[in-house]
Amino acid sequence: MGALTLGRIALAAALFGLLVPPWHGLEHGLGDWPRGEAAPLAALLLDGSRWWLWPVAGLLLLVAPPLIAGRAAGRLVAGAGLAIAAYIFLQGQAIGLRGLAWPALAPLFGEPGPQPALGWGGAVLLAAAVALIAAGAAMRGRFGGDGFVALLVIGSAALLLLFVFLPLATILSAAAVEDGRLAPGALAARLAAPEAWSLACLASHQGCGVVWNTLLLAVLTAVLSTLIGLAFALLAARGGVRGQPAFRAITLLPLITPPFVVSLALIVLFGRTGLVTTALWEWFDIPRSRWLYGLPGVLLAQVLSQAPIAFVLLDGAVRAIGPSLEEAASTMGARRFTVFRTVTWPLLRPAIAACLLLGFVESLADFGNPLVLGGDFDVLSTRIFFAIAGARHEPGRAAALALLLLALTLGAFALQTLWLGRRRYTTVTGKGDSGVPAPLPRGLRLACGAVVWPWMAFTATVYGIILVGGFVHDIGRGDMSFTWRHIITGFEVEWEGGPVFRGAAWDSLFTTIEVAAISAPLTAGLGILLAWLLARQSFPGRAALEFMAMLSFAIPGTVVGVSYIMAFNEPPIELTGTATILIICFVFRNLPVGVRGGIAALAQIDRSLDEASATMGAGALRTLRHVILPLLRPAIVAALAYAFVHAMTAVSAVIFLVSARHNLATVYIVGRVEAGEMALAIAYSTVLIVVMLAVVLGIERVVGRAQIGRRAAPIRAGT
Amino acid sequence: MAGRHEDLTLRQAKDRAPQRGLSDRESSRHMFHRRTIAAALLAGAAALMPGLAKAQGTLTVYCSVQEEWCRPMMAAFERATGIRVAMTRKSSGETLTQIRAEASNPRGDVWWGGTGDPHIQAAEENLTEEYRSPRLAELHPWAVRQAEQARFRTVGIYAGALGYSFNQRELERRRIAAPRCWADLVKPEFRGEVQVADPNTSGTAYTMLATLVQLMGEEPAFTYLRALHRNVNQYTRSGAAPARAVATGETLVGITFLHDAVTQKVNGAPVTIVAPCEGTGYEIGSMSIIRGARNMENARRFYDWALSAEAQAIGAQANSFQLPSNRAAPIPPQAPRFEDVRLIDYDFARWGSAAERTRLLQRWEREVRAAAR
Repeated sequence: MGALTLGRIALAAALFGLLVPPWHGLEHGLGDWPRGEAAPLAALLLDGSRWWLWPVAGLLLLVAPPLIAGRAAGRLVAGAGLAIAAYIFLQGQAIGLRGLAWPALAPLFGEPGPQPALGWGGAVLLAAAVALIAAGAAMRGRFGGDGFVALLVIGSAALLLLFVFLPLATILSAAAVEDGRLAPGALAARLAAPEAWSLACLASHQGCGVVWNTLLLAVLTAVLSTLIGLAFALLAARGGVRGQPAFRAITLLPLITPPFVVSLALIVLFGRTGLVTTALWEWFDIPRSRWLYGLPGVLLAQVLSQAPIAFVLLDGAVRAIGPSLEEAASTMGARRFTVFRTVTWPLLRPAIAACLLLGFVESLADFGNPLVLGGDFDVLSTRIFFAIAGARHEPGRAAALALLLLALTLGAFALQTLWLGRRRYTTVTGKGDSGVPAPLPRGLRLACGAVVWPWMAFTATVYGIILVGGFVHDIGRGDMSFTWRHIITGFEVEWEGGPVFRGAAWDSLFTTIEVAAISAPLTAGLGILLAWLLARQSFPGRAALEFMAMLSFAIPGTVVGVSYIMAFNEPPIELTGTATILIICFVFRNLPVGVRGGIAALAQIDRSLDEASATMGAGALRTLRHVILPLLRPAIVAALAYAFVHAMTAVSAVIFLVSARHNLATVYIVGRVEAGEMALAIAYSTVLIVVMLAVVLGIERVVGRAQIGRRAAPIRAGT
Repeated sequence: MAGRHEDLTLRQAKDRAPQRGLSDRESSRHMFHRRTIAAALLAGAAALMPGLAKAQGTLTVYCSVQEEWCRPMMAAFERATGIRVAMTRKSSGETLTQIRAEASNPRGDVWWGGTGDPHIQAAEENLTEEYRSPRLAELHPWAVRQAEQARFRTVGIYAGALGYSFNQRELERRRIAAPRCWADLVKPEFRGEVQVADPNTSGTAYTMLATLVQLMGEEPAFTYLRALHRNVNQYTRSGAAPARAVATGETLVGITFLHDAVTQKVNGAPVTIVAPCEGTGYEIGSMSIIRGARNMENARRFYDWALSAEAQAIGAQANSFQLPSNRAAPIPPQAPRFEDVRLIDYDFARWGSAAERTRLLQRWEREVRAAAR
């Protein structure tokens, strides 16, 4: 796409945005368009209510004739676009819900009335402005003069700035604000608060600072899940055991389980009135206690969720170790255990380090398990939640705690990068060495077995409870009679001329599926496009774009949620309470996986295909559509499936963003758990898991597998 | 090297395609068809869902009673008027905080249910709208007095007395003497066996706080609360959750309103209900319209409807045994009557005021919650 074409399209879009869609956000539907609430900008300008927006129309008029005539200067076009976007933002900040917010501008603006948030018209005009910037840049020769690439780069940079960088900046500043004024002292006080750092628990029965709790839990989770994952991996790869399908099934589980469902099952098993607790009490007179609510319970739940992920990572690493080194060692006379200790273990160390760090970060970000099982044991994510959504609304304190959490997470990632460099230990290269790996030393094998088999049985029991719990009367009290009661409470459908969804859970289920279905293609699309940009194009600022795209990976969900409600609560961009903010939150949180997957897949597609296409005269857009995308189908499928599943099971970010009109399944389930309605919560979780499985399998079938032909075509001799 | 190898096989695959039955272009068109169908289905479904119930308008209700009562209440209103209701359930303290946080840009329309103190505080902070319903004449005097005290920014919709319940079977197994007074709950045999809500989030627990202060005097009350703290195993977020925990045996004693315990008892749980011997407080559950509500008309319709006798009868069907405020509403036989309970003269105006409530909660947080167990 040429730069001029892009410019003209942008101009047309801007004119459309000026004339047709409502400028402000709608409350009551389109009503009496083009007047009233749904008036487009043109109408607002003409009747004088938004007279300060005339510069926008003026800039468009300035840029229109050169573009139409085809003699536009790049600088003019880009400058106009930038000016329009900046002006719209600034006037939105200056004139908000309560009239003029910056008193310094009173002599200029007089007494403008309150101004609601931007709506579709504003969004279209902003998008057109960004496109104008891209067109101008392309006209000046950047991005190889290709309008499409320019649009992608500038567009994704704008989106990332708006939805990743802006909320982060907002939360940073909110931590330093007290009573509406900037107070750096308050920031320091909050960051060093005793509630975060006190060590009282070492001396007395009081609780410790929440940062120490978080660190303790994270370290324990990392160590335990890595050890269990290692035992699994060694046994599966080298232990010579049968039952490989069982191991494969275990690896699937954490992908399709909502995060706190494991906690539910643990409560049913080990709660004060749990099945196991009651059995122990009745048979062995062991008193029933609430040991589960606190560090032990949360640790157990996190390790149960994290161990399969550790297993997958370490399994790949163990299988990738070529046996020839070990063979050499044993040929020189070393016993099996010495071989393991001196050859295998050092080769595994990097993978183990990666596992430890991953477990650490996952535990830091975990919210569902500590909320349900934490009891009095508070961690940073739950403390942040209660600072915002509890009984005392203290955004400054929440922001400061969020900064602490963010610092811990970024520290872990920095440690990972420094320690391990950029080597990847998780790729299955398929480059097997010839030779059979030596079996495990006997003692080690027994030790692994002693860990693996009971753990597998335990995991199976936990998931069994989840499957069964929704369909029996009261699994908590051992009443196992089959009933549809809980399913009916949640999913009742009445028939009154059409289906009427009366059950309590339908609202949240519909919203969840809707939001997930809209955000998954957006995530996959944006992710693949960004991956293509980063892997195949070179332009100034590429490193910055990559950093920004990956940044949301490092930010814990709680921090994202809090920063979004702080950034998008008031005009000009008011999104809280809508479904849009949920969709945007999902898209940008899951973006990094789409990008990484896309980059990995693109690495396997040789550049000569691109070059061939370019030599034949195709622009970037055409190459992308006809050459690259068909080959990327596995990556697209993976990105879609991941984005959908993560949208259905997210809880830590969205618990702040739901509203009465747009509730999500996970938040609803958490609410039921807190009220003690375990059976309904478990039944709903089962329904969620079924829906997720169905959709993931469906995606695979519809989008299909790529016909790369690498396997189908036989290799001719001599080539 | 590997790249070029894949390159060649790709070209070979393209050459061979016509021999395989479906040419590449045909197979990709096939793929295209499947994808468009799927996309159309998804888009259609997504577009259809919000349009599924476009009726008389909408209403957003913040509900602060148990969800088992919220659900049928909203469903009944939807059936009666065709207005689509979006409801969230949060404890009264949390709802007050939410309304305060949203004050510049309110999202909710009606706050229905929850103890009276947070409603009075909201009225004082100018967060709720004044409205005199035509149905005020049908209500009990205590409900109208609640409205008058808040300058008609709120109204009483039900009343219930505070107390506690314990699990009879557990108690007998442990061979502990049955508690009958507030003073019994701080005895050592109940160590780790008492559950109550957090007064910050739950109106129920705040009522307990204010009741003890009015009953014993502020200093003795805080001494009592510190002693009780040692026996508490968990401060729940929702006021009625301890009653459910008592019913399942998760805890031995739960401090809630008496009607919350009755709800559990009618379900067959081995629960014994106690109205403490020294005297106890009570709540006047209230309803308010949020100032700046986006659906003001519908909010007023809900307000009037919720005060009617038919609407208030839904509570009993939903196993909620508060005393309704409409004189004509039937009083469920299981509801604890005020005549059977020794009640203190609860000063709603004082203990619902922002100043007192904040001071009391902060003191509790400082001296009781943070204390060692």
